[in-house]
Parts: sequence; C-alpha cells; structure tokens
Amino acid sequence: MTELTADVLVIGGGLVGGPLACALAQSGLSVALIDGEVPDATLAPTFDGRASAVALAPQRMLAAIGLWPHIEPWAAPIRHIRVSDGASPLYLHYDHREVGEDSFGWIVENRALRQAILKGIARHGDKIAFLAPARMTHLARNPSDVVATLSDGRTVRARLAVAADGRGSPTRESAGIGVTSWKYGQTAIVCTVAHSLPHGDAAQEHFLPAGPFAILPLTGQRSSVVWTEKAHLVPAILAQDEAAFQRELESRFGDYLGDLTLEGPRFSYPLTLQFARSYTAHRLALIGDAAHGMHPVAGQGMNMGLRDVAALAELLVEAKRLGQDLGDAQILARYGRWRRFDNLLMLGLTDGLVRLFSNDVAPVKLVRDLGMAAVNRLPPLKRFFMKHAMGTVGELPKLLRGETL
Amino acid sequence: MPRTSQAHAQIHAGVTTASDEEVARFQAIADAWWDSTGSFKPLHQINRPRLEALAEHLAAHFGRDRTADRPFEGLTLIDIGCGGGLLCEPLARLGFQVTGIDAGERNIQVAKHHAEQMGVTIDYRTATPEQVEGQFDVVLSMEVIEHVTDVDMFLAACAALLKPGGAFCGATLNRTGKSFALAIIGAEYVLRWLPRGTHDWKKFVKPSEFTAALRKAGIVVKALEGVSYDPWRDLWNRVKSVDVNYFLFGVKPQS
Repeated sequence: MTELTADVLVIGGGLVGGPLACALAQSGLSVALIDGEVPDATLAPTFDGRASAVALAPQRMLAAIGLWPHIEPWAAPIRHIRVSDGASPLYLHYDHREVGEDSFGWIVENRALRQAILKGIARHGDKIAFLAPARMTHLARNPSDVVATLSDGRTVRARLAVAADGRGSPTRESAGIGVTSWKYGQTAIVCTVAHSLPHGDAAQEHFLPAGPFAILPLTGQRSSVVWTEKAHLVPAILAQDEAAFQRELESRFGDYLGDLTLEGPRFSYPLTLQFARSYTAHRLALIGDAAHGMHPVAGQGMNMGLRDVAALAELLVEAKRLGQDLGDAQILARYGRWRRFDNLLMLGLTDGLVRLFSNDVAPVKLVRDLGMAAVNRLPPLKRFFMKHAMGTVGELPKLLRGETL
Repeated sequence: MPRTSQAHAQIHAGVTTASDEEVARFQAIADAWWDSTGSFKPLHQINRPRLEALAEHLAAHFGRDRTADRPFEGLTLIDIGCGGGLLCEPLARLGFQVTGIDAGERNIQVAKHHAEQMGVTIDYRTATPEQVEGQFDVVLSMEVIEHVTDVDMFLAACAALLKPGGAFCGATLNRTGKSFALAIIGAEYVLRWLPRGTHDWKKFVKPSEFTAALRKAGIVVKALEGVSYDPWRDLWNRVKSVDVNYFLFGVKPQS
C-alpha cells in the first residue's frame, strides 16, 4: 500500500481547489490534490457549459499565481454593465471609466478556466501530487494529522484537509457540518450564442418577473446566456426543438446584437442558496461552494471562492514559514473569521437582489425603478456598488492585491 | 524556572520508565497545553509574532532565505526553559537542530510526548543551563528571566552555551506601570489567562537592565521590539513599544 505525504490535502481540483493548490505550491508547500473526474473529460464541451465572471481583485490573484496568462486569450473584458427592469425605460449603466480601471472584470468560459488550472497544476508537478481520477473512501482526522484513504487502497497523509468538493461536499457532510439552504424555485438555463453584431464589451442584466436574464460577453462575437426561469417551466423549454427554443430565447434576448446562432448544448442548473454553519472543523477547512453557494445574479460565485483561496493560502504560507502546525486550530479560526462575514454579506446582497427583482408587483417595481434611477444619478453610490462588484474593498489578502506570498 | 507552566511544574526525580497511567496523564497535560483554542490560547497567540521576530532576525543574522524549505538547516539551537515545547517544535520544522531544556521534569515529559506524536525530532532534557555541555549557534530564553533569582548568573550560563558569532534571543516583561496593569491585573486577575501568582512584578526586567546584564555576559544587543494585543481582531502583533512584553536580539562577537 503506497503512502503519500504532503503539507496540505486538497479535495476537489475544480475552479477553486485547483487555484488553491497552485497558490500553495508556488509558495513552497507540498499539496496532494484529489479529484474524482478524469482531468481531460472536464474540458469536453458537454461537461460544463457555464462561464464565470472573474472580478478585478480575483484576477490579480490569478495573475500572481501564474494562471492568468493561460486564461487571458479566452477572457472577455466587461467594460459596460447595463441593468434594466422588465419593460421599464429606466436602466442603470455602469461604465468602467467611472472607476478608472480598464474593465470591471472578465467573463471566461469554465472550460477555459479548467484548462488553465490543469496547466498550472502540471507546471507545479514537483509540489502537487495530482491524484485524478481518484475517489476518497475515508478521511481520518487524527490528533496530529489527516489520512485520506482512496478506493484503490492508496493513502495520503497531511496536516490539513481542505474541502473544495462543491455544493454537495461529501467531505463537509461526513464531518457533520450542517448547511442552511433554501431553493429559489428558479432554474438557470445556460447556453452560448454567436451574434452578427459585436457586443461592445457590455454585459446585460435584464430583470424579468421569472428571474434575471443575463447576456455576458465572451471572446469574439459570442455571448453566454444565463436565463433564469421558474423551475417548473424549464423541462418543457429544454424539451423544445432547436428552432422553437431559439424563438423563446430571442423573445427575451432582443435583436440588438443582430441574428443569433446557438452554439453547443443547452445546460440547466437549479438555483439554491446555502451556507455552511461552520467553515472549519478539526484539521479541516471548507472553501468555495463547499462553504457557500449563491444565486448567479451578481456573478460572484467563483469570485467568493477565489477570495477564500487568497485568505487561506496567505494564512497557510505564513504558518509554514513560521514552522507552525498547518492544521492548528488558531489558524483555522482566523480563516473562518476572515471569510464568513464577507461571504454572508455577499449571500445577503445577491439574495436581496433576486427577491427584489423576481416579481411583477407594481409598487415593488416602482420602488426598484426609482432606486435604479437614483443610483444612476449619484456617482459616489454608483462607484461604491461598482467597487464591491470588482472585489476591491475590505481587508484584502495579499494575493487579491496582486502581491505574491 | 519554567515559564507560565510553573503552576504545574513539579519535579519528579528519577522517572525513567513511565507507567501507562503516567503516559495518560502526560497526554492529558499535552492535550491541554497544545490546544491552541483552550486555556493556553494566549501563549499560542503570542507565539506567532514571536516566531515571526525570531525567524526574521535569525534569517538576517545567518543569511538564510526565509521562503526556503527548512531555511535554518545545519544550525543548532537550545531553548532554555522550553516548557511544553511550543517554540521548539516550529523551530525544528524550520530546520534547526533543537535542544530543549527545562527544570520541570513534567514539562519535559509533556514536550517529549507531543514531539513524538507530531513526528518532530527534538533533544529534550530536564536540566538547567549550567548542566549542559557544548555550544550552540542560537540560545533562546523566552519568558524565563523574570522567574530566576540571580539574573547575572543565569545569563552567564546562557552566554557560555553560545558559540562566538552566534545569536541570543530573549523575551520578558518590562517593569512599567502599564505592565503591572496588563500582565498582573489584566492577565492574571481580569482575563484569567494565567494562574494568579504566575508573575512577580518586582522581578520584571527593564530592557536597559536586560541589555546591561547581557553585556556583562559578553552579548551585544542589536534589536529590541514589543508585542501588543489587538482585542478587535483577537491577534497579537509586533510593535515598536517595549512597554509591556518585549523581545530582544543579541549577538556574541566573534572574538
């Protein structure tokens, strides 16, 4: 039976676990990274059709850990954001020039992110033992270490386990950490379209009574559509043939980008909000979706995950350079304090937005339209919202300021 | 002269083979001592800025790269009054070949037990500095001097263990009104961080006294800095002020 030893065991090599492994390896920590999927299979067009928003601060971290050069060719900058409410003529326009940055952030197809992360993992091959596909059958959290047993009999010994294994995190479940969650009764239909006119680096968020309908710029004359619909209507919409589906899509999309052509398959994701009651347990830390899952309305899911990565990596690298036990309860307590409040704030904001906009009640609609018009006319308030969306406020870990550890 | 653990420190002379019952007792003490969120929490918290100051000054002195794996490989260090080994273990992980001595037999048993559990190699001995042979690259005496009866004699013994060109690191409590308010009233009576009577304020040592005593022993002080507690973030930080708890870095000249 082979035994592998590492400083940190990361469970889940996706959009958050992968960057954590790279950040730790870059600063000299050894990492064992376990993922259940065949790495190349995660790059197939049918595996994940979503695109993620990468805000300015997390982008700085991706650059600092060497992943950004692999992402950049597939990253479409967002220079304008237009928010409109149903058929109301009032809308909110955010312009990147108002915050003095080249863009608010970027939209990147998850496929491109996964490809870049796999390259990063390979580049750190001397520090990262990438075990994929591998299934963890047991995680023993002992007084002085953690030991993971894989289905093929191999074992991995480390000082700390980090769960980056997604919303349904089996690691979180078996550690007995509960979650608070609720369903929105909404499902996101996600697809990619090519259009005959350029998008002008603009992201559109159209609030419809069934939920937000977002058009996010991709590289070239393409956009990613996140169409939130009442959950019970989604199976019927997805069952339609291509022509009928496109007609439904066009009726919401409009014709401002010219003729539309559907690219690739349609995906659907039921929307829920959830947060773990604790981010840590004995020699265990939760990051990304394992710790918090939110509505995609503000495009903050991956960003909050990357903020977890930046904070945890900073604490672990500091501990390593001080010779401390990486699974020490003090370090974990500091991680929880640093991240929980920030994440809860964003969960609350996105939840509020969804509730405020996903209805057609006349007085509510009047209030939100007046609110949007007011924000549009108050530059300081507008800048405040923009900076929050860009992730550049608060007590930022070094990596989010673009510094190396 | 153990540290804050002196409430527990008892001397069990001649314990060579520990019984199961004793092992279980050491385990219990080690668990309590090493529980960084338990009753020894302040000791663990203060260790972070301490280790940072140690690593920074020692790396600069010995020309080592702190970002390297085990940056202090090849250097020897003795921790005088090592208690349960809270500093010995991280320093050993940083590459030092560590010897830890303490007058309290029980402290040494606890330290040994924990190091074994963590897989860290440290030479622990129940001893006072004058009982140790040989010389080391680094001599550490953290939070001990305020407990000893004859400071000059103690520091002479420490200096004798230091190689010429080696580094001395010390930490103690200053004798100021502020240290009386914080270390005695605050830590022992209000916050109950430490058992009452752990410290005797009259035995606290001013930086000028510490520096003068070290000079007599042949050690030149190069740097002084303090630590202070930030209650909002529940963190101890390195500060310039040496009013309460301070750290001192000195060097034994080559000739």
